[in-house]
Amino acid sequence: MTQAARLRARSEAEAAPLPPLLARAEQLAGTVLLGEHGRRRSGMGDDFWQYRPVMHGDARRDIDWRRSGKSDAEFVRQREWQIAQSVMIWVDDAASMRFASDDNLPRKSDRARLLSLAVAILLDRAGERVGLTGHALPPRRGQAQISRLAEALTQDSEADYGTPDLRGLLAHGRALFVSDFLGPLDGVQKALTQAADRGVRGAMLHVLDPAEETFPYRGRTIFESMGGSMAHETLKASELRDRYLERLATRKSELQSLCAVTGWQYGLHHTSDSAQSALLWLYGAFDGGGWR
Amino acid sequence: MMLGAIGFTTPWLLLALAALPALWILLRAVPPAPIRRRFPGVALLLGLRDDDSVTDRTPWWLLLLRMLAVAAVIVGLAGPVLNPRADGAATPRGPLLIVQDASWASARDWPAQLGLLDSLLAEAGRASRPVAFLRLSQPEPPVLRAAEDWRSRLTGLEPAPWSPTPAMNDAALAALETALDGGLGEALDAGALETRWFSDGLSRPGRDDLLGALERLGPVTAHESPAPVIALAPAMIEDGTVQLTAHRARTGAARDITIEAHGRDPQGNARLLATLPMRFDSDATTADGALSLPAELRARVTRFQVAGQGTAGAVTLTDDSLKRREVALIAGREDREGLELLSPLHYLEQALQPAAELLDGALLDILPANPDVIVLADVANLASGEEEALLDWMDQGGLLLRFAGPRLAASDVSRSSENPLMPVRLRAGGRSVGGAMSWGEPKTLAPFPEDSPFAGLAVPPDVTVSAQVMAQPDPVLAERVIAELSDGTPLVTRKRVGAGQVVLFHVSANAEWSSLPLSGLFVQMLERLAVSSAVALPDLAEMEGTTWQPVQVLDGFGQLDDAGTLPGIAGERLISDALGPELPPGLYEGPDRRLARNVMQADDTLAPTAWPARIPVEGLARAPEAPLGGWLLGLAALLLLADIVASLALSGRLMPARASNAAAALAAALLTGALILPQGVQAQTTPPASDKELRAASEVVLAHVLTGDATLDDTARAGLEGLSETLFFRTSVEPASPIGVDLEADDLALYPLLYWPVTPDQPLPSQEAYARLNTYLRSGGMILFDTRDANVAGFGASSPNGQMLQRLAQPLDIPPLEPVPDDHVLTRAFYLLQDFPGRHSGRSVWVEAAPPDAEQIEGMPFRNLNDNVTPVVIGGNDWAAAWAMDSRGNPMLPVGRGYAGERQRELAYRFGVNLVMHVLTGNYKSDQVHVPALLDRLGQ
Repeated sequence: MTQAARLRARSEAEAAPLPPLLARAEQLAGTVLLGEHGRRRSGMGDDFWQYRPVMHGDARRDIDWRRSGKSDAEFVRQREWQIAQSVMIWVDDAASMRFASDDNLPRKSDRARLLSLAVAILLDRAGERVGLTGHALPPRRGQAQISRLAEALTQDSEADYGTPDLRGLLAHGRALFVSDFLGPLDGVQKALTQAADRGVRGAMLHVLDPAEETFPYRGRTIFESMGGSMAHETLKASELRDRYLERLATRKSELQSLCAVTGWQYGLHHTSDSAQSALLWLYGAFDGGGWR
Repeated sequence: MMLGAIGFTTPWLLLALAALPALWILLRAVPPAPIRRRFPGVALLLGLRDDDSVTDRTPWWLLLLRMLAVAAVIVGLAGPVLNPRADGAATPRGPLLIVQDASWASARDWPAQLGLLDSLLAEAGRASRPVAFLRLSQPEPPVLRAAEDWRSRLTGLEPAPWSPTPAMNDAALAALETALDGGLGEALDAGALETRWFSDGLSRPGRDDLLGALERLGPVTAHESPAPVIALAPAMIEDGTVQLTAHRARTGAARDITIEAHGRDPQGNARLLATLPMRFDSDATTADGALSLPAELRARVTRFQVAGQGTAGAVTLTDDSLKRREVALIAGREDREGLELLSPLHYLEQALQPAAELLDGALLDILPANPDVIVLADVANLASGEEEALLDWMDQGGLLLRFAGPRLAASDVSRSSENPLMPVRLRAGGRSVGGAMSWGEPKTLAPFPEDSPFAGLAVPPDVTVSAQVMAQPDPVLAERVIAELSDGTPLVTRKRVGAGQVVLFHVSANAEWSSLPLSGLFVQMLERLAVSSAVALPDLAEMEGTTWQPVQVLDGFGQLDDAGTLPGIAGERLISDALGPELPPGLYEGPDRRLARNVMQADDTLAPTAWPARIPVEGLARAPEAPLGGWLLGLAALLLLADIVASLALSGRLMPARASNAAAALAAALLTGALILPQGVQAQTTPPASDKELRAASEVVLAHVLTGDATLDDTARAGLEGLSETLFFRTSVEPASPIGVDLEADDLALYPLLYWPVTPDQPLPSQEAYARLNTYLRSGGMILFDTRDANVAGFGASSPNGQMLQRLAQPLDIPPLEPVPDDHVLTRAFYLLQDFPGRHSGRSVWVEAAPPDAEQIEGMPFRNLNDNVTPVVIGGNDWAAAWAMDSRGNPMLPVGRGYAGERQRELAYRFGVNLVMHVLTGNYKSDQVHVPALLDRLGQ
């Protein structure tokens, strides 16, 4: 088989999950927001925002004479402030995300990618530029960017646990980190502090499988990480449950306090819950108070 | 090696059981194998240590399970065998003698006996031992044969329906001696004679002699079933009920049995007629019960048997002794009611009541019931149809018993030629002796001649005859006289007609002509004539010289077979001899009756066997050899399977986290099934009373029959509505609005009055509807038939409505009718009326006819008429049309012309009021109390 043919076959295989991912993300995004929206304040833009009386300091050429001719006062025509922001997304592509405890549940990576792409579509419609961290995909606008995003999101990495990649993160931009954050916390801590230093604010979506929340295991068990690099053997798995849950709660509270310190928003999502609720939270996180 | 009933083929393998404790410790030491799980959260687990530093131990019950499995394997491989045969341990080489009681008592366990015999014979065949049979109920010299030879004949062996008698016992001893002299004695050289005695569980005299003889020849083993034999004593009649007694051989726990009475139903099919539960109390050997059956049913019982026993002893056949004769009593006209002691039948009734069923009624009604005896007391003439029927009946064995009397003496019956229903010719007038106007003393009876059925009866001297009818001297007279007076004149004569006979008492059946009916002799004579049943067993003298033919015989299992060509047996032997091959139990037919010979006699009891302690007694069941190794190995496999499941469950593999949907689906299926199950079970309730019935039951409601013609039904309804309104205003009857009644569906009992307009084309009601209508009429309802044609043609003539009325009323139970007489209560129930007009004013309205003896008493305006409401009123005046009223109270249809028409309508209403009053109050207005007031108003 020639080199080209192999490449082609691989691309086909890689591209196979793309359209459904894209379609589902479009569908999900469609339920949240319809149409482009402005910043709801006056500023640079194409659309009319409001007339206001001329104030001291306004240039004469700014006066809208047609409006002013209808009355005795002069008015200035203001346009809506329309500005494009850059939102950089990091989706954990490590092996630990490829876990699902039940055949009926999606893998964590699937859910994370779906939500990321959906929020990217939303942001794109809102006129923002969306990209991926790590020089993989610089922020751009448009339908082509969404396709590129979808393709880039299908990449898997071999590492067991991922660390946020800050490369390409624009200062004072916005960022979204999606991961299960089960790996070493140091990387996350470092990345967040660095991002905060560069004036980047954003949201952190913690995606967990229900089994990781309940630990429904019993008996003598050897637990292995998804990549197989880590293993832990226990004789009575059921006795580990309480201590595991305690550790998980600690991890969550650490993440939360980290977010509180850096001004990020922390959201928790389980793959057994509906994707839409998570998308709504994300939408609120970007559109609400966290954005300004 | 033996452990109880279990032996082992390789017992040394059991030593491996000692290794089980070591295995226990070993299994305990090894923890269950771990599961590998992929789990991203492992990073959080790192560094966590188990609290319990030792392994997760296998629980004790799982260890026990595994121990049991291993133990089952070890024991199973050791080859356990249940009931092993001690093979080769001193097998006797001598001949085998099978002694069988083979009586009726062994019939119940016969299949078990045959099964045991079969296995015994098979064993003897393997050991090449010759076998001989000795049946005690049919003793023959035992002949040695090969066991296989006997085995092929086993199915032909049957128990005899009798018990071995002492004579048979002696014969068996003799047969044994004969055989010892012959082949059996030679075979004894090979070894001692082994005897297997198949006992029936009953002890009999002479058995010990035989046992001693057999024991001298070799070992004896007895086989008998521990269940006691149950037998049924012959049924007795006592106080009109059938007394039954069951015996059992041994006392024991209380036991319930069921007695079945079998017989033929009226169609002649064999059927179970009745059952009677009885109970053996603990420590009682007998159980009693009384079965109360109607005589008709009792006469059809052919046998009683204990259910589920299947032996000849548990069956008792019935003969004539169970039957009560049916006697029909017919007298001439009984016009002297109240003079009971003079009634021709009084003394007969008194004499027959205790012993016979008395029938009463007209001759032709009674004959189809086929009574045994018909008594004609002072009946002279019979219609020719009755005479022929009586002759037919006598040809088939009926007994016609006639008594003389004034009417017979005055008639010309059998005067010039002999009447077929009379035994002799009679002279005119009869005679009376010893009276005020005659010479001589009342005559007494002469002693009965030898050939008379009354022979042997003592003649009391105070029985006198003062009047009698006289027989005409005839050549045949002498042989027909069976009792005569002291002067030689016949008192009772008899003639045979076909299979039956006619007997004439030349005196009356009451005490007018003689004092015979007052004496005990009268009852005895009736008994001798078999008028009342002969209950007692015939005695020996009576049976002498008679020959009895078996009709049906019992086999050992209690089945009835036709006797076929079995020879007859002399009467005295039938009573006194013991049962045997020549006298099998069964039903025997004699000269004039049937006699049952049962296995159990009335005073027989059952005695259980008592074997000496040295004789081993075994049951009839023999536990077969059963290897248990396979079962134990199977058990071990099952235990190991259970171990797999338990181990999986313990280690969490049985229900992994992601397999929970299967469990959920299973639970859902179970839940669905549980939800579906309770459906479809709806309590069946009685249909609720319809609205119509509720209305009819809570108020007085007039009703009309729905004819299917809508206009007519509307008119009828409106008419009854108008009549109800009128009643409401004028009387204290306050009816609710009327109801249309569907004859096929509705309950008629709720309506006092049915108005039935007749149309030529209405459908005829069904049979069920007619049955309900008849019930309605009989229970006091009234139907007003209205042909609505003014009766122009007279009833039954060519008017289509009249013809329809005839067809409609044909199946109804309607009494004789007459036009309303002037003094009928309808004419004065509320209003005084002469006419009953409706829309038409025809005169004739028909009601139930007055009784023929109703006579008008001088000075009374009305006759004393029938008490009841007339069930039907038939007329053609179209009353409903005259009554019809719309909702505002205006008449719907015109009546007549002008004021006269309105007057006619008013009279129609008055008729309606009178009719309803008559229905509701009956003959109240006929009451004489009101006569003076009525007279006053009538102006008389």
